[in-house]
Amino acid sequence: MRRRALAALTLLALVGLAAATLAPLLWMVSVSLMPAGEATAVPPRLLPSQPTLEHYAALFTRLPLARAFVNSLFLASAATALGLVTNSLAGYAFAKLRFRGRDALSRALLAALVIPGQVAMLPLFLMVKELGLVNTYAGVLVPSLASIFGIFLVRQYVVGIPDALLDAARLDGAGELRVFTRVVLPLCRPVLVTLATFTFLGAWNDFLWPLVVLGDERLQPLPVALASLLGEHAQDVELLMAGSLLTVLPVVLLFVALQRHYLAGILTGGLRG
Amino acid sequence: MVARAEGGAALSARAAARPRTPAGLLFAGPALAALALFFVLPVAAALLLSVTDFDLYALADPASLRVVGLANYARLLADPTFWTALANTLTFAAVGGTLSVLVSLGGALLLQAPLARARSFFRTIYFLPVVTTLVAVAIVWRFLYHPRIGLLNRALEALGLPAQDWLGDPALAMPAIIGLAVWKNFGFNLVIFAAALQAIPERLYEAARLDGATGLQQLRHVTLPMLRPTTSFVVLMTAIGSLQLFAEPYVMTQGGPGDATRSLVLLMYEQGFRWWNLGFAAAVAFVLFALVALATLLARRFFGVTLVGAERKA
Repeated sequence: MRRRALAALTLLALVGLAAATLAPLLWMVSVSLMPAGEATAVPPRLLPSQPTLEHYAALFTRLPLARAFVNSLFLASAATALGLVTNSLAGYAFAKLRFRGRDALSRALLAALVIPGQVAMLPLFLMVKELGLVNTYAGVLVPSLASIFGIFLVRQYVVGIPDALLDAARLDGAGELRVFTRVVLPLCRPVLVTLATFTFLGAWNDFLWPLVVLGDERLQPLPVALASLLGEHAQDVELLMAGSLLTVLPVVLLFVALQRHYLAGILTGGLRG
Repeated sequence: MVARAEGGAALSARAAARPRTPAGLLFAGPALAALALFFVLPVAAALLLSVTDFDLYALADPASLRVVGLANYARLLADPTFWTALANTLTFAAVGGTLSVLVSLGGALLLQAPLARARSFFRTIYFLPVVTTLVAVAIVWRFLYHPRIGLLNRALEALGLPAQDWLGDPALAMPAIIGLAVWKNFGFNLVIFAAALQAIPERLYEAARLDGATGLQQLRHVTLPMLRPTTSFVVLMTAIGSLQLFAEPYVMTQGGPGDATRSLVLLMYEQGFRWWNLGFAAAVAFVLFALVALATLLARRFFGVTLVGAERKA
């Protein structure tokens, strides 16, 4: 009897926390479907009287959010592709190949892990400006070329691959590049999916750097476009909620689909105490 | 059998004798070059920038640039806005960080409670805010805090409590931002705590129960001590993340009302990219850097924790 009551209480607490977690997101969905003005009416409504997609239509036709969506998709995909190539190559090198200064470099990278990206941002902007990359996609992507986290995520995984496997391939006459593409990469699939998910979500949600580099509205990704939408339409709650949902939905879906890999990155990645 | 053993010996001899190939540097090269050029170099340059008067004029004509020594830092120390931003950032990290870790720990204990059901389902829900776009959910929360239409005030009114102007009241704006941050981030640390809880050997609890320990005593004498390394790690990560507060005040309050929610990074952004006082902004960036370095050193000194604790043990 006591056990049953305790189980019910536990479930109640779990559901309560879940409700608190979901409430802001559900409110966003509901308001985004309301006719204009309904969320600000007195008394305000919780659910739309007549669900409408007019705000989504407005975002895609009258406002430049469709463009921003495509920009986001491109920038996040490009950042992911770039990061996968450089970080997997370097992660493998740090795990399995011997080169001069490897261990010293490895320690230096780990120490640099704590430096906040914002510290580099002001000179990086001047460099990007000097290179003529302000208001270009390339300028936004520059910091995504490599990541210390990504390198060590891959390294940690590759360390577990038996050397004998690599040596066997070398005995068969495979060159280093072939060993990497034919033996290492196929074995690394899980960690590559993890890295890709991390990079994509991080790039999709990034705000400060694209805000600094992209003044041109036509190039801006969703978070930057959404912030300017807030500036121009601060009173249009329903429209803003539709824009927020448009921004959040792709990454939420991606996470739900790939959460096993994403959580593996948190739990088994290089960053673990 | 013998042949295979010999093959293995040959392989490992070959591995030991393997010369340092250029492949290692070639493979690590692109990533290392990118990091050196676009991370290490700018960080070093930021230090130099902070001892110059780099501003709008220098942006147009680099020849007008002058080295001013520590003048930017002196200006910083004399600027009340800087002290407010520093205090705000530390308050956010201390209060918001503590609250966030406590909620994560509580949630993880609940999720891993022996009687809990549908664990992975609830874990997914708790984690959802973590992956959402900060700018988007900050806009949502801006309206949840709205004095007239916000859900929060309506809930308060339903309980017979007075409505508040959450983001317009200097005393409430920072707590409101902390509310958003706790909601957004608690799932991350919850997942880490939950995994650490699962790793505590069941026999420790059995032994404690044999000794007659109650549930609370088990929590205090088994669970919490076993979680200590994880807790130190989580606290450090949360502190470093919290010191970089930016998008929440940028979207919800623009640093206001007054300077009530202006953070260091927001100050850096405004000074650097709005007013183009890049030298002064670089000094702000270095204060942030110093705070993060200090947190890291303190954590290592007192809790023996590093961001890569596992690395050292291995």
